[in-house]
Amino acid sequence: MKILVCITHVPDTTSKIAFTDGNTKFDSNGVQYIIGPYDDYALARAVELKEQTGGTITVLNVGTVETEPTLRKALAIGADDAIRVNVAPADSFFVAAQIAEVAKAESFDLILMGRESIDFNGGMVHGMVGELLGIPSISPVMKLDVEGSKVKMTREIEGGKELLEAELPLVAGCQEPIAEWKIPNMRGIMSARTKPLKVVEPSAVDGLTVTENYELPPAKGQVKMIDKDNIGELVRLLKEEAKVI
Amino acid sequence: MAILVFAETADKKIKKSSLEAVSYAAAMGGDVVAVVLGQVEGGELEKIGTSGGTKVLHADDAKLNEGVIQAYASVLAEAAGKAGADTVVLAKSSLGDAVAARLSVKMGAGLVSNVVALPQGNKVKRSIYTGKAFANVELKSGKKIIAIKKNAVPLKTDGGAAAVEKFTPSLSDADFKAKITSQEKAKGKVLLPEADIVVSGGRGLKGPENWGMVEELADALGAATGCSKPVSDMEWRPHHEHVGQTGVKVSPSLYIAIGISGAIQHLAGVNSSKYIVVINKDPEAPFFKAADYGVAADAFEVVPKLTEAIKALNN
Ligand SMILES: Cc1cc2nc3c(=O)[nH]c(=O)nc-3n(C[C@H](O)[C@H](O)[C@H](O)COP(=O)(O)OP(=O)(O)OC[C@H]3O[C@@H](n4cnc5c(N)ncnc54)[C@H](O)[C@@H]3O)c2cc1C
Repeated sequence: MKILVCITHVPDTTSKIAFTDGNTKFDSNGVQYIIGPYDDYALARAVELKEQTGGTITVLNVGTVETEPTLRKALAIGADDAIRVNVAPADSFFVAAQIAEVAKAESFDLILMGRESIDFNGGMVHGMVGELLGIPSISPVMKLDVEGSKVKMTREIEGGKELLEAELPLVAGCQEPIAEWKIPNMRGIMSARTKPLKVVEPSAVDGLTVTENYELPPAKGQVKMIDKDNIGELVRLLKEEAKVI
Repeated sequence: MAILVFAETADKKIKKSSLEAVSYAAAMGGDVVAVVLGQVEGGELEKIGTSGGTKVLHADDAKLNEGVIQAYASVLAEAAGKAGADTVVLAKSSLGDAVAARLSVKMGAGLVSNVVALPQGNKVKRSIYTGKAFANVELKSGKKIIAIKKNAVPLKTDGGAAAVEKFTPSLSDADFKAKITSQEKAKGKVLLPEADIVVSGGRGLKGPENWGMVEELADALGAATGCSKPVSDMEWRPHHEHVGQTGVKVSPSLYIAIGISGAIQHLAGVNSSKYIVVINKDPEAPFFKAADYGVAADAFEVVPKLTEAIKALNN
């Protein structure tokens, strides 16, 4: 089975978010970049599937040269080779179109990625790739098993879950608890250095949206502390001041 | 030009977040045509008019009762054509995201998700970095899809009656390639992403056997229950209750956090709540910095008292 795992290169979950250049650019000063947490789940499941059924795992990122350490980390976790589409991501459609172009050329059986990136939280790329390739796209997937050409999945729905079946090929947007996160070991890290990382030039596609600038939410006011022996006061504040109950 | 709204249903009822989408579209001006897929209970379609919709296209087909992603995208594209709509508005949800993405490619429409305010011309404001920032985005395409964040826009309740029209979309087998074999849903409960009040518990509650206290408070408030990540990881609570950066993002009017430390990844999923109450026995817990009201005390003492006080208020 040929598996493609699409990974994002995103600020660590504890990063303080700030902008520069008149709020037009993300301030990456002091920011640690990681594989998107949801993409990490997708990659971890791909590694398990490969252990069970054999096959290959290709990881792909649409991004500039700065994202290569993130791709190398994915190789250290267990991917066989990596592809970087050499362009800064413009918008979800642009990214999806680049992924679909690579996928068309290589005909993967299964395309896994996170349910959403943790920077833009769009949750759109999996569906767009599915539509561009004319194959099913399922998200958010919390369990995925492959039996021959059939894929059995559990998808989270609001207030519960549903079970689905589909034939390969398909695209899945993954989330926990689909697999245990894998931490690269020394052997993985050593071998990642020599695994192939191919750089391909982007296809000519226009994004459909442009981000003009950013804003931060207004600062939070002071917390009002309430004595545990005066819970009636909390209820009064919620009713009369906040007007939420 | 008409605006098409995807009115999502849950348990044969139109979701509140979808009525917010109708209200949003109505505030944009023009004809608001809502598409309802699958069977619904009596009286449900009327809510669309109340929220400002002018017309309902109802595809009353049991085949569409479940959230079949591909089929929904095809049906919405057909409905947009039928309604002459160049803009589609929907509520962001796990189904909404999955459907809107495919629809966007079908229509060649730019898609912006997590939108928190009405558009200014071709520009919309969206929440990014899990609520830690906003981006102002310009839609360059002629056709547009806007997925709005829950509780970001007021619900309109003084609209008129919407004309209901039966809609029979052309369904193709190719759109049903992924088959839903079963669904499990917590019945009759307030859905977490939809809820106006959320009561959440963390590791400070010590174990699943202590959740009765959380549920009782939630019941008294008509609230949904949530939890922190370790709580769902340890299976004290089901996964769909896990709130935060890697879980459900909520934006209720009131979020009550009990025995949750307030790690940045948890805050990320709740920071667009209007008011936050924190109950934690550690006065140094980081959550107090993000809270509006705080009680630094043992939850086992405070929560029953709070529940009693709310019940007394309700009576
Ligand atoms: C990539 C990544 C993603 C993550 N995503 C999420 C996410 O989406 N959501 C999430 O929640 N976490 C997430 N986390 C985990 C997060 O960092 C914290 O570990 C988690 O939020 C802690 O949960 P907690 O507050 O319930 O537990 P703890 O940190 O153990 O805190 C328990 C709190 O309860 C208080 N307490 C104890 N006993 C009592 C009592 N009797 N009465 C009152 N208070 C009491 C304690 O003072 C303490 O503050 C993520 C972490 C990573 C690395």
